[in-house]
Amino acid sequence: MSETKKVEFEYSQIDSERMRLNVGPQHPSTHGVLRLEVELDGEIVTEVVPHIGYLHRCFEKHAEKMTYPQVIPYIDRMDYISAMNNEWPYVMGIEKLMGIEVPEKVEYIRVIFAELNRIANHQIAIATFGLDAGAFTPFLYLFRDREFILTVFEKASGGRLLYNYYWVGGLAADVHKEFKEDVLSIVKQVRETNKEIADLLIYNKIFIERVANVGILPADVAINYGCSGPVVRGSGLPFDLRKDAPYSIYDRFDFDVVIGHGEVGTVGDCFDRNIVRFHEMEQSCRIIEQAIEQMPMDGDVREKLPKKIRPPKGEIYTKAENPKGELGFYIVSNGTDKPERIKSRGTSFVNLSVLPEISKGYLFADLIMILGSVDIVLGEVDR
Amino acid sequence: MGLLNKLDDPYYGGGIILGKVEDILNWGRSKSDWYLQFGLACCAIEFMAMNASHFDFMRFGCIPRTSPRQADFIIISGTVTFKMAERIKTLYEQMAEPKYVISMGSCANSGGPYWEHGYHVLKGVDRIIPVDVYVPGCPPRPEALEEGMIRLQEKINKQAIFNKRKRLAEEEQKELIISN
Amino acid sequence: MQAQEIYEKLKAEFGDAIIEFNAEPFFDPFVRVTTDKLFDICLELRDTPEFDFDYLACLSGMDYKENLGVVYHLYSIKLKHSFVVKVTVSKENPVVPSVERIWRTADWHEREAYDMMGIQFEGHHNLIRILCPYDWEGFPLRKDYVQPDEYHGMKVPY
Repeated sequence: MSETKKVEFEYSQIDSERMRLNVGPQHPSTHGVLRLEVELDGEIVTEVVPHIGYLHRCFEKHAEKMTYPQVIPYIDRMDYISAMNNEWPYVMGIEKLMGIEVPEKVEYIRVIFAELNRIANHQIAIATFGLDAGAFTPFLYLFRDREFILTVFEKASGGRLLYNYYWVGGLAADVHKEFKEDVLSIVKQVRETNKEIADLLIYNKIFIERVANVGILPADVAINYGCSGPVVRGSGLPFDLRKDAPYSIYDRFDFDVVIGHGEVGTVGDCFDRNIVRFHEMEQSCRIIEQAIEQMPMDGDVREKLPKKIRPPKGEIYTKAENPKGELGFYIVSNGTDKPERIKSRGTSFVNLSVLPEISKGYLFADLIMILGSVDIVLGEVDR
Repeated sequence: MGLLNKLDDPYYGGGIILGKVEDILNWGRSKSDWYLQFGLACCAIEFMAMNASHFDFMRFGCIPRTSPRQADFIIISGTVTFKMAERIKTLYEQMAEPKYVISMGSCANSGGPYWEHGYHVLKGVDRIIPVDVYVPGCPPRPEALEEGMIRLQEKINKQAIFNKRKRLAEEEQKELIISN
Repeated sequence: MQAQEIYEKLKAEFGDAIIEFNAEPFFDPFVRVTTDKLFDICLELRDTPEFDFDYLACLSGMDYKENLGVVYHLYSIKLKHSFVVKVTVSKENPVVPSVERIWRTADWHEREAYDMMGIQFEGHHNLIRILCPYDWEGFPLRKDYVQPDEYHGMKVPY
C-alpha cells in the first residue's frame, strides 16, 4: 500500500472552460422556487446570480385595495412559517398611529405566541438545513415537536399554519383554559429534543466538517448588505431589535442575545448561523417561562378592538424581530379605512441578497449549505 | 381493490386467482405512486408536515422523487405565478405516462385570495395542465391531503387500460385533421 | 441623536438642498432633499461618526399620483437612532441617483422600486426587473396600472 497523497494544485493554472449551470426553480434544496444561475470553474463557484420572483403575488397591490383588517391574512402569507411574528409589526404600527394601548394580557399572549412561533421556525430551519446535508432523522424529530406547537396555535386561532390572530387592538380569540400547562409542557419537550438534536446533528463530526469554515460572512459586510437576525448575529454582532429597540413588553424579560463565536471554525460561517438558531430556541423557552409566570389569566382580549379602523393621516415605519431578522412595514395612511401604501421590508429578501457575495470561491456542494444557512422563505422574498 | 380478498377463494383448489388484467395493473399503480418532490408556497409547508412523522405519507406507498421522469404524480402545492407557470408545464410534460395531478389549496385551484388583484397569479393551475383531484383549503390540513390521496387511488383503481393507446391514437388523428 | 439636530446639521452643511423638514405628529420625522445632492447627503449620513447610519433598513418607491418618490429609512446599529430621507421626482423623468455604492443592500431594493414603480436609478450597475418576468410590461404598483388581458397565451383576469 502506497501512502495516499494529497493532490495539490492551483485552479488558476489549469485551462478550463467556465460552465453556467441552472439550479432551480424546481430543485429540492432551493427551499421553494428560487432559481440560481451559477458559473462554475470546475467545481468552484465563481459567480452566483439569483433570479427571484417565481412566487411574486404582490401583497402590496392587494393592500392598497383592502381595508386595514383585511390586509392581515395577506401578511400571514408572506413568511408563512412564522405567521404570528409577521402580523405583529403591522398591527403594532396601526395601534401606534391610532393611539391604542392594548391590555396587559394581550401583550403577554402576543409575546408567548411569537416566541413559540420562533421556536417552530427555527425547528424547520434546522431540520431543512440537516436535510440539505443529507441528515433525514433530525427532520422527523423536529417536525414531531413542531406539531405540538401547532396544536396550541390551533386551539387559540383555529389555524395550523396561517392564523389571522393578532388583530388591531387585541386578539381574535382568547386562549383556552389549560393554556399555561400546555405551553409549559411544550417548553419541556423542546428542551429534551434539543439535547438529542445537539448529539444527532449540531455537534455531529460529519456535520461540522460539512459546515465549518464555509460561507464566511464578516460583520461589516453583513451590515452593509442590510442583513439582520441570525445571519448578522452569526457574524458576531449582537443586533437584536428585542434588545436594541425594545417593543411591546420585551424589556420585562431576562434573556441573552446569542451570537456566533466561531466555535469550530471562523466567526460568521454556516455553523455559526446555525448554532445561533439552535441556542435562540433555548432563549425563547426562557422568555416563555417568564411570561407564563407573569401573565394574568383574567381579562378580555377583545375589549380594545376599535369598531372602525381609520388611522389619521400619517405614516410610520414599524419593525419587529422576526425569527429571520428585522421585518419592517412602512405604512402610509391617507385618513380613510384603506391604506394608501404598505411597503414591507422582507427579511429574507434582504438576507438573500448577500448570497452572491458569500458563496464565491467555495465548492458547488457548499453553495447548497450556504443557502440553507441563510434560511430564506420564498414567500417573503417575492411577496 | 378486492384482489387480495380473492386469495381466500382461490380458483381450483389454490395457487391461481382469477381477475382482470386491469385490476392487477391498477392495483400496482395505485399502491406505489411516486411523487415529484416539489413545493411552491405556503401549502408546501403542510406538505412537508405530511411527509414528516405525524402523518407519514409513505404509508400510501408514496416515495419522493427529485426528477420528474421518475414521478407518477405531481402535487401543485401553492400559488402558481405566470413566471412559474411555464416551468410547471414543462415539468408536467417531462413526466412519463400514466401521470396524475393533485391541485392542493385554493391558490392552485382557483387563485385563492389573489383571484381579484393578483396580476401575476395564474387563476387556477387547470388552465395549463389537467388536474385529477382538487384539495380545498388555505392551506389544506394534512388530513385533507390524505383524503385527496385516497381519492386519487380510487380514481386510478377505476381507470380503463385496454384499447387506450388505440383510442389515443384515433384522437390524435382527429386533432391532426382539425389542425390541418 | 434627535431628528431635529440631524436636520439642523444637514441644513448647515447643504443649505438649499434640504427642501423641508417635517416633524408633525403621526409622522416619522423626515427631510425632503433634492435629487442632485441626494448621494452626497447619504454619504455624509453614513460616514460622519455622529450620524453613523450604517444600516439602510428600507427603501420604498412611492406613487404620489402627480409624481413619484423614494423613501429611505436609515438606522444606526451603534448609536441606535433612525432617520428618514425622501426625494420626489416627476413622472415624466423619474431619475434618482443610486445609493447602491453606499449601502450594497440598496442594489435589490432599487431594482424592486424600478420593477414596481418605474423609477430609474442613475449609476446602478444592473437595473433590470427583479420580481416580475423580464418581459413584463408596465409598472404594477403605479396607481393607474391596468392588468393585462393575457401573458404568453395565459389569461390574466379571473
